[in-house]
Amino acid sequence: MKVLVAIKRVIDYNVKIRVKSDHSDVDLTNVKMAMNPFCEIAVEEAVRLKEKGVATEVVVVTIGPKAAQEQLRTALALGADRAIHVETDLRVESLGAARALAKIVEEQQPGLVILGKQAIDTDNNQTGQMLAALTGLPQGTFASEVAVEDGRLRVTREIDGGLETLELTLPAIVTTDLRLNEPRYAKLPDIMKAKKKPLEVRTPADLGVELASRIKLLKVEPPAERQAGIKVGSVDELIDKLKNEAKVIS
Amino acid sequence: MSILVLAEHHNGVLADATAHVVAAARQIGGELHVLVVGEGVAAIAEAASKLDGVGRVLVADHANYAHLLAEPTAALMAQLADDYGHVLAAASTTGKNVLPRLAALKGVGQISEIIAVQGVDTFKRPIYAGNAIATVQSEDTLKVITVRATAFDAVAATQSDDGAAIEAIDFVADNDQSTFIEEQLAESDRPELGSAKVVISGGRGMGSRENFQLLERIADKLGAAIGASRAAVDAGFAPNDMQVGQTGKIVAPELYIAVGISGAIQHLAGMKDAKVIVAINKDEDAPIFQVADYGLVADLFEALPALERQL
Repeated sequence: MKVLVAIKRVIDYNVKIRVKSDHSDVDLTNVKMAMNPFCEIAVEEAVRLKEKGVATEVVVVTIGPKAAQEQLRTALALGADRAIHVETDLRVESLGAARALAKIVEEQQPGLVILGKQAIDTDNNQTGQMLAALTGLPQGTFASEVAVEDGRLRVTREIDGGLETLELTLPAIVTTDLRLNEPRYAKLPDIMKAKKKPLEVRTPADLGVELASRIKLLKVEPPAERQAGIKVGSVDELIDKLKNEAKVIS
Repeated sequence: MSILVLAEHHNGVLADATAHVVAAARQIGGELHVLVVGEGVAAIAEAASKLDGVGRVLVADHANYAHLLAEPTAALMAQLADDYGHVLAAASTTGKNVLPRLAALKGVGQISEIIAVQGVDTFKRPIYAGNAIATVQSEDTLKVITVRATAFDAVAATQSDDGAAIEAIDFVADNDQSTFIEEQLAESDRPELGSAKVVISGGRGMGSRENFQLLERIADKLGAAIGASRAAVDAGFAPNDMQVGQTGKIVAPELYIAVGISGAIQHLAGMKDAKVIVAINKDEDAPIFQVADYGLVADLFEALPALERQL
C-alpha cells in the first residue's frame, strides 16, 4: 500500500511571532521555519507503517514556495521515499491546498493519506477534511491510533468527550493528533541520503488547479496584551485576594 | 439569507455550546434555523426550539446519523445548505470534523473558530496560537463557519412556552465508508471544561496521575472543572479530553488556576481569556506568571493541601 503524506512549512513552534507594523500580516522575515509539528507526526506514522510492512512506499507532498523543499528533504531524511513539491508563492488557503492534493491523490492512487490535523500558523484544521470531501473518501480526523486490519482502517480519534474508534474503508484520509506517536529525529547519514532521493517539482497550472483564495485577509493585529498581576506571599493571601479583591470565590 | 446552526449535543442533551453559536448567528442577523442531527434526538430538538431567536428547528433523526459521523452528516448538510447564506457550528471536535468537509462539498472556503462578527461576511479569528488576530472576509456566497463558543455570550431560553416549529428532514445520507466501533467517554459529575466558571489545571509539575487527585479535591470545593497542559497529557497524567490549549480545549472561565504549568504559548492560547488567572509554580521565572493576576511561587505539594484546607 502506498501512503501519501502532505506536509506544510510553517514558523518554528518556539518562535514568538510579531505582527507587521502595517497590520497586513505576521512578519516572517528572518524567522526560523520548520515542518508543522502535526505533519512530523504524520510522516512518522507513515514511516512506521512502512517499517511494519503495511506500507510499501511513502510519498511526501507539500504546496508552497521554493524554500518548502527544505521540509520535504527533512521528511525524506525521516524515511519518506520520494517527494512532490507543488510550487507556488501564493498565500494558499485550505480549499486550494485540498484541491491540489486531490489531483496528487488522483495521480498517485495512495491507499492511505495522512496529514496533520492543523497547521500552527493559520490554525484552521480543515485541509484533511476538505481533501476527503473532494476525493469522496472517508476521514479519520484527530487520530491517536491507527491500524490497518483486513483491508480496513481502524482509527481512534481524540474527541471532546474522550476517545472514539471508527472503522473506515480504504483508501482513507487520516489527520494526526498529538498522541499518535513521538516523531524521531533525523540521523546525519539519513540527512545525507535524503539529498539523493527523488523530488519532483510540479506547478498548480500543470495540475490544473486554481489556488487563489476567496477568503481575504484584511488585517492582522496583535491580541490585547494581558498584564502580569502581582505575586502573593502565601496561600492565605491568595485566598484573601480571590475573595475580597477579585471576588471570584466566596 | 437565512442562517443554519448545527446543534452540538452529547449524551442526549443539547450542549451549552449551541446557545453560544446561536448568539454569534444573531450578530450576523437573519432568519435562524437550528439543525439537530443524530439518532433519537427528539428531546434535543425540543430544547433547541426554546433557544431565543431560533425560527425553526430541523431534525434529521436516523441510525445513519448516530455519532454524527462526518461522511453522512456533511452529505446531509450539503443537501440543505443551498437554502442558506451561512452555516455555523461550534468549533468542537464535531464542528471541526464536519464543517470543512461540508465546505469542500459545496466548493467554498471555511472560516475556523471566529471570535467576533464584524459584518455578514467579515469575522475575526485567532491565528498563530492566538498571538495574532486576523480579520478575514469571505467572498463565497455560502459562508461555512465554526465559532469559538467562549467568545460569545449564550442566548437565553425564550420566555414563551411555545418554542420554534420543529420540522423533520426525510433525507437519509447513505454511508458505507465509516462505521462507529466504540467510544470511551470520560464520566464526570464536574462541569464541562469548556463552560465551567472555575477551572483548575495541572501541568508536568504535578508529577503523576495520582497527584491529580490533589486538584480533584480542590475542584470539588470550588465546583470547578479540571484541565491539564499538553505536557501532563503526553506524560499520561491526564486524559486527552482534559487538554487546554491551542489544539485542545479553549476555556474562558471566571477563575483559572494553573498549577505546575510553565505556560508555553500553546497552553496560554487556550486559557488567556479567563477573567482571573492564578498561577502556582515553584519556578518564579515560569512564563505563566506573565499572564497571571495572582502568582504564588511555592511548592505545589505544600500549596495545594493548604488551599484545600482553607477553601
